[in-house]
Amino acid sequence: MFEIGLGHYLILAAIIFAIGLAGVFLNRKNIIVILMSIELILLAVNINLVSFSIFINDLTGQIFTLFILTVAAAEAAIGLAIIVVYYRNSGTIRVEEIDQLKG
Amino acid sequence: MIVHAIFFYTFSLIAVVSAIMVTVSKNTVHSVFFLILDFISISCLFIMIGAEFLGMIMLIVYVGAVAVLFLFVVMMLNVVQQKNTSFESDSDGKHIPIGLLISLIIFFELIIVIGGWKYKPDLLNSISLNISSELTNTHSLGYVLYTDYIHLFQLSGIILLVAMVGAIVLTFRKRSGLKRQSYFKQISREKVEGVDLVTVDSKKGVNIDV
Repeated sequence: MFEIGLGHYLILAAIIFAIGLAGVFLNRKNIIVILMSIELILLAVNINLVSFSIFINDLTGQIFTLFILTVAAAEAAIGLAIIVVYYRNSGTIRVEEIDQLKG
Repeated sequence: MIVHAIFFYTFSLIAVVSAIMVTVSKNTVHSVFFLILDFISISCLFIMIGAEFLGMIMLIVYVGAVAVLFLFVVMMLNVVQQKNTSFESDSDGKHIPIGLLISLIIFFELIIVIGGWKYKPDLLNSISLNISSELTNTHSLGYVLYTDYIHLFQLSGIILLVAMVGAIVLTFRKRSGLKRQSYFKQISREKVEGVDLVTVDSKKGVNIDV
């Protein structure tokens, strides 16, 4: 209980991953919250990589966390730009009203 | 050790609660603030277990750049004014149980994986970059990042460049009725078309409505 090991960090990452996933599934309000949930998922992945890297004493995990951080920043920028363009074109970013593909 | 446990539980509790609040909060601006809180507590955890550089980078990149980007977009798009609630929407709430079910299943799958997991016996003998105790975290990351991983490093730079160009191209809007400089027109102007020599007759003047 008071001995914090790798498993604690992995469970924390799993909880945050599941919350992010639920946010993607359940959200019907706007796309921005879905993008934030994706950020949460990437954060959970980063927690996994960093805690493995610390606990098995190998630096590679931290380096890959850096790269994931880069890709996450790029993804957020592009996603927000797409949202801005979509809002300009259609006047809404509610998930329910984005149904042009009729999926 | 008990201090470590107290810090871990505090920060992870804050992280989990704020992650929940990100997804259920009705106001999008509040969601962004809870996202910031989440990132801050996770970076505190990173600093605590000895990945100081990544913790600080998380603070700088996420809290300083990405979250502010989210805030700007939320304010620009005026989504706060859109009257709606997150979960009880106009349509039926049929997606809620199935979404919850799927995320719970994935969560328990992850827990099962964590529970039944073991190190490979020769893991620590394999080729690995051991964390040395003399160097600081930033120092040792720098030694590896610019030598062994230089190609990936430059590739991530290219990814950032492409993202920047893509964001600018996507959001760039040509407005009509705006007077702009055209460098090509300016440079390619010739003397013949620019200057017109007119011989003015005395006491008649000249009409220059050309």
